[in-house]
Amino acid sequence: MDTTDRQIINGLQGGFPICERPYAAAAASLGIDEEDLIERLSRMLEDGTLSRFGPMVHAEKLGGGLTLAAMSVPEERFDDVTARVNAHPEVAHNYARDHRLNMWFVLATETSERIAEVIAEIEDETGLPVLDMPKQQEFFVGLRFEA
Amino acid sequence: MNVLMPPPTLDPVDRRIIKAAQGGLPLVSRPYAAVAKEIGTTAADVERRLRRMLETGVVRRIGAVPNHYKLGFKGNGMSVWDVPDEAVADVGPRIGALDFVSHCYHRPRHLPDWTYNLFAMVHGHDRDEVAEKVAEIARMLDGISRRHDVLCSTRILKKTGLRLVG
Repeated sequence: MDTTDRQIINGLQGGFPICERPYAAAAASLGIDEEDLIERLSRMLEDGTLSRFGPMVHAEKLGGGLTLAAMSVPEERFDDVTARVNAHPEVAHNYARDHRLNMWFVLATETSERIAEVIAEIEDETGLPVLDMPKQQEFFVGLRFEA
Repeated sequence: MNVLMPPPTLDPVDRRIIKAAQGGLPLVSRPYAAVAKEIGTTAADVERRLRRMLETGVVRRIGAVPNHYKLGFKGNGMSVWDVPDEAVADVGPRIGALDFVSHCYHRPRHLPDWTYNLFAMVHGHDRDEVAEKVAEIARMLDGISRRHDVLCSTRILKKTGLRLVG
């Protein structure tokens, strides 16, 4: 990663232009050319420095459902339960965490009613309770990672 | 602070744009024209609709999403706090404004098992730095938070990002 890569990461976490040739416009403000910017973005997406490049959607505003759910999974069943939970396409992220509640996943569904259905399906398939923790209020979501 | 608002109306073309672009904007000279071609409209229409979705907040922003692990932010802890419900509106914005906190949410308790109602995701280069940052929050919430905990992720089990399904 060189200085230009860092400038791209730090400078392009938002505000990408909406115009006919946005890469050219963004590149100009970084002092490089369009082709160079596209090449660098492709490389950083490929090697995993960037997980995505594009519009970030505010899921609740699409009118669907979104929640954080937690489960307490016995260690010997962990892999099996992980497979069952992850098999649901509505599960967007799933993390193992060092707590009695050791599995935490985000559910994103096309309708808000669907959240309760997916939770019921997971409880049914695993025989374990799922704690539903939808956000009631959000306070500034905005850390910008400095490279 | 961002109180949840009723969803703005999205028509089918808006939804097609989101579906087409949510995996990533095409890395070509005219990416909005590429999206337009894919969904059968014009580049000008895609640009106009994206601008509107940015204004209404359906699209939070357009740009790069860095993988924070790759950037050396290897520590991340979900700090959880038990604060009186009536104090959340005051302390939430103060915690959310900290530069090492990426998300701060008010969530429901599940008594008696789960007493925490304020979640703040804390990032640092390692676990020690995360612990220092959590201690900093604890000092801010001295006398307000009744108890807190930090849940560190031990493994990523799935990470596909939020997507429109179907």
